[in-house]
Formats: sequence, C-alpha cells, structure tokens
Amino acid sequence: MLAYTVRRILVSVPVLIASTFIVFLVVVNSGDPVANFATSRQPAPSKAAVQAFARHIHADQPVLERYWNWITGVLHGDFGPSVQTNLNIGHDLFTRFRVTVTLVAAAMLIALILSVLFGAFSAIRQYTAADYSITFVGFLFLAMPVFWFAVLLKQAGIWINEKTGSQFLGTIGEKSPYLNVDTPWNEFVDRIGHLALPTITLALVSFASWTRYTRASMLEVLNSDYVRLARAKGLRRGRVITRHALRTALIPLATVTALDVASILGGAVVTETIFQWHGMGEMLVQAASTVDVYRLMAWLLLSAVVVIVFNLLADLLYAVLDPRIRYD
Amino acid sequence: MTDIEAPGAAGTQVPFTDGEFTVGQRSQTQLVLRRFLRHRAAVISLVVFLLIALWAFVGPYFWHYSYRKFTPDNSQSPSWKHPFGTDSSGYDAYAQVMRGTQTSLKIAVMIALGSTLVGAVWGAMAGFYRGVVDAVMMRIADLVLTLPLLAIALVISSRSGGSWYWIALVIAGLTWAYVARVVRSSVLSLREKEFVEAARALGSSDARIIFRHLLPNALGPIIVNATVLVATGILTETALSFLGFGVQPPDTSLGLLVAQAQTAVDTRPWLFYIPGAFIIAIALTVNFIGDGLRDAFDPRQQRVRQ
Repeated sequence: MLAYTVRRILVSVPVLIASTFIVFLVVVNSGDPVANFATSRQPAPSKAAVQAFARHIHADQPVLERYWNWITGVLHGDFGPSVQTNLNIGHDLFTRFRVTVTLVAAAMLIALILSVLFGAFSAIRQYTAADYSITFVGFLFLAMPVFWFAVLLKQAGIWINEKTGSQFLGTIGEKSPYLNVDTPWNEFVDRIGHLALPTITLALVSFASWTRYTRASMLEVLNSDYVRLARAKGLRRGRVITRHALRTALIPLATVTALDVASILGGAVVTETIFQWHGMGEMLVQAASTVDVYRLMAWLLLSAVVVIVFNLLADLLYAVLDPRIRYD
Repeated sequence: MTDIEAPGAAGTQVPFTDGEFTVGQRSQTQLVLRRFLRHRAAVISLVVFLLIALWAFVGPYFWHYSYRKFTPDNSQSPSWKHPFGTDSSGYDAYAQVMRGTQTSLKIAVMIALGSTLVGAVWGAMAGFYRGVVDAVMMRIADLVLTLPLLAIALVISSRSGGSWYWIALVIAGLTWAYVARVVRSSVLSLREKEFVEAARALGSSDARIIFRHLLPNALGPIIVNATVLVATGILTETALSFLGFGVQPPDTSLGLLVAQAQTAVDTRPWLFYIPGAFIIAIALTVNFIGDGLRDAFDPRQQRVRQ
C-alpha cells in the first residue's frame, strides 16, 4: 500500500507538470495584460512605463522561459508577479484557500450526511411515496443551476432576517465587516451565520447525485444473498440494514465523493461570487478578468493538486474499505 | 441477477396464430424505441423539450417584439401585451427569454455534438489499438479531466467576445474526455467479439472496423452520454454567462438573464424566476430523456421507476 502510494505520487508529478504547462499556454494566450495596462489608465502611461510593466510581469520573455521561471519559482515559494503591483500571490492564495476550505468542507459534510440518510431511506422504502418524492426532488436539484438557487437563498435569508429582526443569517462575506464580534463565542456565531446559506447552496450541488448513488448502491446490497441470509438467520431488520447493508453500500460512495471535488470547487466559485466571499472564487474571477497570468496559475495549480490528491485518496479509500481490493 | 422485462411485455407478444408459435420479428432499433416509449417520464420529457426548442427557434418569427429593441414600457409585470413582463430599460422579457433559450440550447447541443464526435472517435481508437496508442491517448484524456471545467472555460472564454460557437467549442474541448473514457471501455469488450474477428477475416480495414462495426455497437452509451452532456452543457454555459464570461449583451442567454435580474428579485421577480425555470425545465427534461434512453438501450440496468 505504501509502495503504491509513493508510486502514485511519483506518477502524478509529470501529470502535474504537463497539465500546468498546457494551462500555462492557454492562460498566457487568453489576453494581453500589457495592452490593458497601456489603454485602461488615465492619463495614458508613457512608453517606458508600459515597457517596465511588461518587464515586471515577465511579458517580455519567451513562453518556455516564463514557464520554467514560474515553476522553479513556485518550488521556492515564489508564485510570480501579479498585475496588481503590491499583491503577494502566495500569501493571497493561502488566505483565500482557508476561506474556501471552510465552505467546501462544511458543504461536503452536510451533503454527505443528508445524501446517505435520504438515499438509504429511499432504498429501504423502495416504490413508496417517500421514495418517489426523494427521487423527484433529486432530479429537480440535479437540474437546478447553482447560481439561481444561491440568489434565491440569499433573498430568503434577507427575508428571514427582516421577519425575525435578527442579523444571524449573513448574506454578504464570510464574516461581519464591523467589529461587534468582541468575544470568541460571538465571532463563532457570526461565522456560522455567514456560513449557513452558502453551505446549503454548495451542498445542493452534490446532494442530488450522491443521494441517487447511495440509493442505487443500497438497493443492490439489499437484494444480495448475504443480506437475505442475515435476515433468514433471524437478525432484526434494523440491525441488518445498519450493520450489514449500509456499511457495504457506502464503499462506492467514498470514491464518488472524492472524485466530485473538482465540480464542487467549480460550484464554490459561483457560490462565493454571489455571497461575496473573499475566497478562491473571487480570486479566479478577478484574475481572469484582468488576465493576471500568475494569479490564475496559482489558482489552477492549487486546484490541480487538490484534484490529484483526492483522486489518490479515492483509490486508497477504496482499498481500505473493500478488503477484496489489493494494490501491490 | 434476474433479468425481468418491464411489466406489460408479456401482453405485447404476438399470440398464437394458426396454431403456430410465432413472435413478430423486431429490429434492434424497434426494440429500443418500444422500450423508450414505455418510459412515461422520458416520453413526456421529450415532448416538453421539443416544444421548448420549437418555441425558442420558431417563436421569434411570430412575436412582435425583438429581444434587442426597446419597448416604451419599463418594468411592467406580466400582461397580455408582455407575457413575461419587461425589464427596467423596456426590453420585452418574452422576446428575451425566447432568444436566451435559443442561444443556451444552441450552445448546449453544440457542446454535446462536438464532444461526442471527438470523444467517440478518440475512445474507439484508443480501445481498438490498445498498447502504446491507448496509453498515450488515454493519458491525454486523463489530463483534460484534471482541468477544472468552469475555471478553464472562464479563462479562455474571457477572450471569446461572447460568440456562442466559441463558448461551445471551449466547453466541448473540456468535456470530450468523459465520452472518450466511456466509449473506450465499451470498445474494449466489443473488439473481442466474433463479428470483429469475422470482419477482419473478410479483410476489412481498421477504419472500417472502427466506424462500421465498433462505433455503431457502442451507440447506446454514446447517445446516453450525449444527452447527459446537453444538461451539463446548459448548466455550465449559464453559469459562465452568469459570471459575465459567457454570452455578452446585446445577445443574451438564460444565464445572463438571471444575472441581470439578480438584484431585482423583489421588485421584478418575473425577470428572475422565468429564465431560471426554463433552465431547470431544459436540464430536467434532458435528464429524464437520458434516463429513458439508458433503460431502453440496456434493459439489464432497468431503473425502478416506470
């Protein structure tokens, strides 16, 4: 297992290099930040200033050299210059990463718990009204655009705040901007209040598909011979479902969860934009609209690493949970 | 696993005729079609989807307002004159939703077609040739799969200037790898079948085997995947347009319409709910159609709903 893990990590290094190289070519060719600089400022900058700017963001170097300098710089902890002169990309990235991780982790946790509950329930009560309604709601959520649902929830949050006269549900930012959050407890409550709506939004993305997945996998297990045997032995139904069926049914879900991380990150971009979080979503949108090459690269590198790590995690989890699978 | 046909199958068989035991002969296509037509939700969805498409593409020719012409009425709630109301600058929302649906559908279908064409050929070649070709082609596909779809699309399409085929091309360029994987896995088992051996014995070229024998037999998963991609496509495009990196005004898409209406949910709710409802309706019906097709092509995977 350890040898397998090490081998997988070693294999992922060239994958990472190849994928960042392709992405680098795409990003460099996606726009012209120097032209933006020369045309968008008032008064128009001098030729020397434009040249200095081009030199500052390495736009005067050939692409291969730029890529090489970037990747060696990253290994030394230097993520390259931003078009915003005073911005340290590495620092910015990790501050924002912390913000986004909270959101993504909370959303995944909630989605996982809900989808296991609803999926298993739906499978146990197959063909009942409850099963049909859960399936239909699942289909509906699968078809619902995240941004639409997010705006709707935001409106609902504002409405609830107005009705209850409290400020508990935050709809802007990851915490209150003003300093009425004096004690650690108040700060905690404030953050939870701001986390609630974006988390529900983002959890929705995966809830629908994971519920359907749990249901299918649970049905397969419930119809298997060993579950029938357990019932025939005289074990109680509840015990058979929780101890025998559910545990096996959850094995494939672990992999699906890990593999869905990329799409959840995409959903986080939209969610953060609507709730105006200062996370990685805002960073991506800002960087893309200003053609901030190194900022985009930092974002994409981090997300590529996250995706690769979770892919590896998915495979390892599979082996841990299912003893029939062995890597050597 | 017991392989049970859906209820009603027994009744449809041709009964004894003249004391002879005969069952009417049916082609593969007929079988698939019959199984699809038995899936009620899928058939209703197909009808609804086609009606929406017809409305979006033909409707503008019969509607007296254009999506890009101001009307003298600002911020009006839905009425006979403006069934979906108007926005604050006087655009007729009915015309705009019609145009938005048209653009979004065009992009979604283009994504599905483009990535299916590329992905199917790519996957079939990788599965057919195996070995080094397979390894190289599938590593490239895996590489594409590690790229976060929305982020890359956002970066590239910022240069597109909002033309619909460019947006479709960008998204298709990132989704074809899913198709390639699915097609490869079914080609891997198909290539061992006797009919491929027979074709080869008859002297068929590789291209003929791939295009005449392997791909037609993998048509089931390919079509099902293409349907799913229409849903993925419309959700991705609308998200991009919502963030301001997709379709640009004066042209419009359902995502852009929702984005423009997001600050006016309270004051002009019709502008927000109607385009959203159209996105949901399209994605929902497409998913149901995909489900029906999956059951029709592969009765062993029969879904429990009917």
